[in-house]
Amino acid sequence: MYLYDEIDQKLVDERVAQFRDQTRRFLAGKLSEDEFRALRLRNGLYIQRYAPMLRIAIPYGLLSTKQLRKLAHIARKYDRGYGHFSTRQNLQLNWPKLPQVPDILAELATVQMHAIQTSGNSFRNISTDHFAGVARDEIVDSFVWCEVLRQWSTFHPEFSYLPRKFKFAVNGARSDRAAVAVHDIGLHAVRDAKGEVGFKVLVGGGLGRTPMIGFAIREFLPWQHLLSYCEAILRVYNRYGRRDNIHKARIKILVKERGPERFREEVEAEWAYLKDGPSTLIAEEVARIEGRFTRPAYLNLPASDAGLEAALASDRAFANWHQRNVYPHKRPGYAAVTLSLKKTGVPPGDVTAEQMDKIADLADRYSFGELRVSHEQNLIFADVQISDLRTLWQEVRALGFATPNVGLLTNIISCPGGDFCSLANAKSIPVAEAIQQRFDDLDYLHDIGEIDVNISGCMNACGHHHVGHIGILGVDKNGEEWYQIQVGGNQGEIRPGVGASLGKVIGPSFARAEIPDVIEKLIECYLARRDSDAERFIDVVHRVGVEPFKEAVYGNADQRAAHRRGQLAPA
Amino acid sequence: MATLIKEQRIVADSWRLLSRGPKGELPDVPEQGDVILPLALWLERRDAFLAYPGKLSVWLDASEDPEAIAADLQRFALVAVNFPKFGDGRGYSIARLLRERYGYKGELRAIGDVLHDFLYFMRQCGFDAFTLRDDQDAQAALAAFDTFSEGYQTSVLRPVPLFRRRLAAGKQ
Repeated sequence: MYLYDEIDQKLVDERVAQFRDQTRRFLAGKLSEDEFRALRLRNGLYIQRYAPMLRIAIPYGLLSTKQLRKLAHIARKYDRGYGHFSTRQNLQLNWPKLPQVPDILAELATVQMHAIQTSGNSFRNISTDHFAGVARDEIVDSFVWCEVLRQWSTFHPEFSYLPRKFKFAVNGARSDRAAVAVHDIGLHAVRDAKGEVGFKVLVGGGLGRTPMIGFAIREFLPWQHLLSYCEAILRVYNRYGRRDNIHKARIKILVKERGPERFREEVEAEWAYLKDGPSTLIAEEVARIEGRFTRPAYLNLPASDAGLEAALASDRAFANWHQRNVYPHKRPGYAAVTLSLKKTGVPPGDVTAEQMDKIADLADRYSFGELRVSHEQNLIFADVQISDLRTLWQEVRALGFATPNVGLLTNIISCPGGDFCSLANAKSIPVAEAIQQRFDDLDYLHDIGEIDVNISGCMNACGHHHVGHIGILGVDKNGEEWYQIQVGGNQGEIRPGVGASLGKVIGPSFARAEIPDVIEKLIECYLARRDSDAERFIDVVHRVGVEPFKEAVYGNADQRAAHRRGQLAPA
Repeated sequence: MATLIKEQRIVADSWRLLSRGPKGELPDVPEQGDVILPLALWLERRDAFLAYPGKLSVWLDASEDPEAIAADLQRFALVAVNFPKFGDGRGYSIARLLRERYGYKGELRAIGDVLHDFLYFMRQCGFDAFTLRDDQDAQAALAAFDTFSEGYQTSVLRPVPLFRRRLAAGKQ
């Protein structure tokens, strides 16, 4: 856990005072709706369909139990007793009252939390691998670099009013678990031949209505230049990014319109002025930040545990959970555990205040008082002794967070959708539930194996549907909710050399009630074509293409034409 | 009447801002007085302005490139940068370029949609004069310069980032 120093704390406190004053002026009629909107968004406050929504930052998804208990307290005192963990590793409250928001921010500040820049046209919360610092394939601890960037991107005087929102992702391990290719800037840590740390820099990736895979503007940027190089990119974007059309304002559009090579030349020309300047990072600063992170006091443990082995052999339900929800740790005798927030019947990512308190108690007892929020909307206990796994499983199961579905079909990523969000064209949570109900047989789920199903209620793509192996997008047709299906997207490297990709739309959209059938047809198509259990859904799509899946859903060309005629017929 | 804040005080304004007409046409130049010209007018009649009896300066729109006046900067006691809309952040980069790349030392004035809540960042980026939008409470806005007591990054006001200053302080 990064611990604030005096200046970090003071800035957050000053932000609370600033927003308190802004809220006061707005309520007194001295700030227009339009002006207050730009200011409140910078503090994560939206005016939503039914009430305001407050998005609280959980920087790079890392949370202490003290903070989680504070979130539970806030959910109880100021809201309806629960919160929603989002795909951006944040927590959203759906019913705070505007005059109380400054008080909520003040409470957050007492536990080194805030809602700074969780919305608006500025740098957003920086996301990373939820196994940072514990994964066996670690190159660097990405939390340290995320914190370097958090400080640099907080209240940046020049880049606080960008053309549009700006999202960083940092991945510090060999496998990309941070989806760096679909962020405005994605940083992938690498080491050169001498072992020096640097970053592969991707620019212009993103989802939304113009999904794009980021382009590698630099294969190896030495770490010292991280901030000055980002300043060069941001200056080009701040000056030339489009401001005339909100849908064309992301950096990906600038990269696309300029062409990646010309964009690179402009950035390099700007960087020529900034390189080796005062923003150049120094080892002492990186070490200082690293030193402000508390570290678990690990014990020296054997790599295996006889009790665990016996339990795995004798208890099938535990073994299933262990297979799906336990992840290997770089320290012998430890493991990382995923608490699934994807129980059927519960909106993905939703947690009640009581559950937050209980999770905090468990994290204190089993995982050094810390936890992480994953962009898949689950919670991670990163440092659990393997000898404790079985008792932890029993406790987690009692709370309903032991659904052994991590990586499986029912571990659906979903935005809040039309039930909560004023931007949505369609509901997403009932679609997730209907799919979860259709696939409630665990043996069948395990047989299907690894697959990502992602749902977004509109083309803003908060549910990351483009990078789901199966992606579902809510669309509006003459005021009715329909759902478009995509196949073949993927958020990171699926095997060496095969990186992130965007799904392809397989055909005309469906009514909500049809979706479970469609998913089932896609799954049957996959099962019939895989060459072994080891070949995953996404592997089969890569091998055979999208056409067989289209046919499985729509039939042959004649049947497709009939389907389209049926859709066009007046209701 | 719009209020001018300079060096964090409310002051009288001796300059006359010459705006473009509603269709973008260039304004007429008065016989005398201190005037702030649109960039295009300056570029068009640069040499003719040598004989102008009053003081001359230029204002840049958010889309205009400060490089266009880089060679002329020593002739200006004032340069203004327009914020067409408060959320348009291009002026912040223009200000830094004028100060840091082109070495401009004179008055740098923010004009246009200049509001209370944006003064802090403007000042950090090198503005030292602010023509507030008509409806702003100038007295209240003076407090905005002190919104934050520190900043992590480099800025015109704090050219050395916090991490280097902290380290230097620790080494003393």
